[in-house]
Amino acid sequence: MNETPLIPAGVKRCSKWQFSLWMAAATAVLLWGVYAMYLIWYKGLNQTNMNDAYGFALWIWADLAVIALGGGAFFSGFLTYIINKNELKNIINLAVVIGFICYSSALLILAIDVGQPLRAWFIFWHANVHSMLTEVAFCLSCYFAVLTIEFIPLILENPRLDKKPFLHHLSHNMHGIMAIFAATGVFLSFFHQGSLGGVAGVLYGRPFAFREHILIWPFTFFLFTWSAAAYGPCFTILVTKITELITRKKLVKDNVIHLFAKISGWMIITYIIAKTIDTIYWAFVTAPGFGFTLMDFYASSTYNIGLLFAEIVICGFIPGLILITKRGRENSFLLMSAIILGVIGVSLNRWVMVLQVMAVPVFSFNEWYTYMPSWQEVATTVLPVAYGIIVISLAHRYLPVFPQEKELNPID
Amino acid sequence: MKEKNDYKQAKRYGMVIDLDKCTGCGACMVGCYSENNVPFKADETNKLDSINWIRIFKITNDKPYPETETCYIPMPCMQCDGVGKHGHPPCVSVCPAVATDYDYDTGIISQIYTRCFGCRYCMAACPYHARKFNWWDPVWPADMEKYLNPKVSPRMRGVVEKCSFCFHRYQQARDKAYLEKREELAENEYQTACAEACPTGAITFGDLNNKNHAVYKLKNSPKAFRLLERLNTNPKVYYLTSKKWVRRAGDNYLTHEEPGKIKNNMKEHH
Repeated sequence: MNETPLIPAGVKRCSKWQFSLWMAAATAVLLWGVYAMYLIWYKGLNQTNMNDAYGFALWIWADLAVIALGGGAFFSGFLTYIINKNELKNIINLAVVIGFICYSSALLILAIDVGQPLRAWFIFWHANVHSMLTEVAFCLSCYFAVLTIEFIPLILENPRLDKKPFLHHLSHNMHGIMAIFAATGVFLSFFHQGSLGGVAGVLYGRPFAFREHILIWPFTFFLFTWSAAAYGPCFTILVTKITELITRKKLVKDNVIHLFAKISGWMIITYIIAKTIDTIYWAFVTAPGFGFTLMDFYASSTYNIGLLFAEIVICGFIPGLILITKRGRENSFLLMSAIILGVIGVSLNRWVMVLQVMAVPVFSFNEWYTYMPSWQEVATTVLPVAYGIIVISLAHRYLPVFPQEKELNPID
Repeated sequence: MKEKNDYKQAKRYGMVIDLDKCTGCGACMVGCYSENNVPFKADETNKLDSINWIRIFKITNDKPYPETETCYIPMPCMQCDGVGKHGHPPCVSVCPAVATDYDYDTGIISQIYTRCFGCRYCMAACPYHARKFNWWDPVWPADMEKYLNPKVSPRMRGVVEKCSFCFHRYQQARDKAYLEKREELAENEYQTACAEACPTGAITFGDLNNKNHAVYKLKNSPKAFRLLERLNTNPKVYYLTSKKWVRRAGDNYLTHEEPGKIKNNMKEHH
């Protein structure tokens, strides 16, 4: 009796050897990160180069960045299931896989980052409702559960699993109610993406981070949600293009990519206008109220005004303008440039809102604080990248992640 | 039956440090280390991961000799009342696990070491860098453990700690007063270790709400100011100086602004 193949029917995959070699390379990097993680859990945070001035550093940036980049999952879910942009069904599977990777990575990084990991559950048990971090923890955990639920039907579509009637029906029924989970995901994402922005925005002792409020929410709350929805799709498109490059075949039709890029472009443009207004108000009203000028915040050789220009103009207006124009997004060079700039832009924003907040001296007699991560911090930050490569590779090989793959790559 | 309302005005313990008197000798730091079992490293070169509940900043007026002037600023936790003065200091509101709390009876901000799970958000929130993280397990030289203060619990690796205004001394004084059937503490019954250790009497400690306490009068002196007042953290540590440049260094000012003539433009609540 022939056993059902593990690889979906009608698609071609590389040889086992080739795949094993690829996976071995990614696993080696992963193990390097796991070793660093072991050192940190066993010996403590003295393995890092953080200090009392730099209590938030590389990991918190990585956390914020992966959550923003994983924003493609909730936003594509919103567009597909709530706004009925049906073309995006051809890319939403990948967006969900990326979201799952990003959010599981974020939770892992948080577990490494806290000084007493065995007490991490205190955030739920002794929750302080006034803390933005409490809301982040609750929403992030709930949304990770939603992403897992969204990922399960895709896993069950593996031919060998799909052969079992129970799993087949389970997958079918889960697909049927996926709109509810997508809506839940959008709701949860709105809050935790926003709360991550609120983490910095509420710090009224840190004039570089502090922003004015609407009720209890600082402007950064809205800007973070907006930017995750705007730039998240850029990362989804980037991963699609990288996967196409590595597998040397087209996986998603251009009209799908172009639609997603167009929506992303309009989101980026509107976001960056809002961000510009926020920056102007902060620079000319909020900061002077604390006795600071804009240039006080950019008086370091590392953190100079070029960063603000890069974030708003080079990685904001430029990719936004490229993506909203038909000619821009249909030119593959311009499209790739825009999505790469977008990914850099949102990562840069998160970097600034974490590391520059720590670097800027608040006392007039203090110097700028500097920080260089230890190898253990770097290895544990690279760990999620290796983990992501492994999960995407497995998903691509064994699951029908790209519904248009068969049509685009017919096997004779 | 209605209970008799025996409400009394809450205490607001605070400190006034006379910078004109401070010589930067560091006795306050030594007293604090000893009183509060503050751990130290074998090599204390890197101050950015040292633990201290009070530390001394040295600032100068940046003028060449012979006009050079120096000032030492002892800096404990400022025990901020926070925006709106209603118990929301920068660090307390952000702690996700209520491991740090504002005591409405005394105005002192606690740190619950067994509750803290080391996220360090409070450290990011504090503009005074008053909060310190235990990057290592505390290790004392041989036999020194015998000299630790039994009234203060040592902290473990992975948690944040900070100045408590020697809260255990307050508890002791309260216990004593209770046994003696008294409700009020005398000014000298509750004093911090740093205030007692200061050889020049630069540190004065007491209830900022009590007109009979020295700090009440001192805080209203024209020489009084607080660090980073413009952030609306509302610290309960005041400083006295007769030097304009020191006053200016205590906060951030635009070129045309003068210390003491700035109106706060921030909302009371947020």
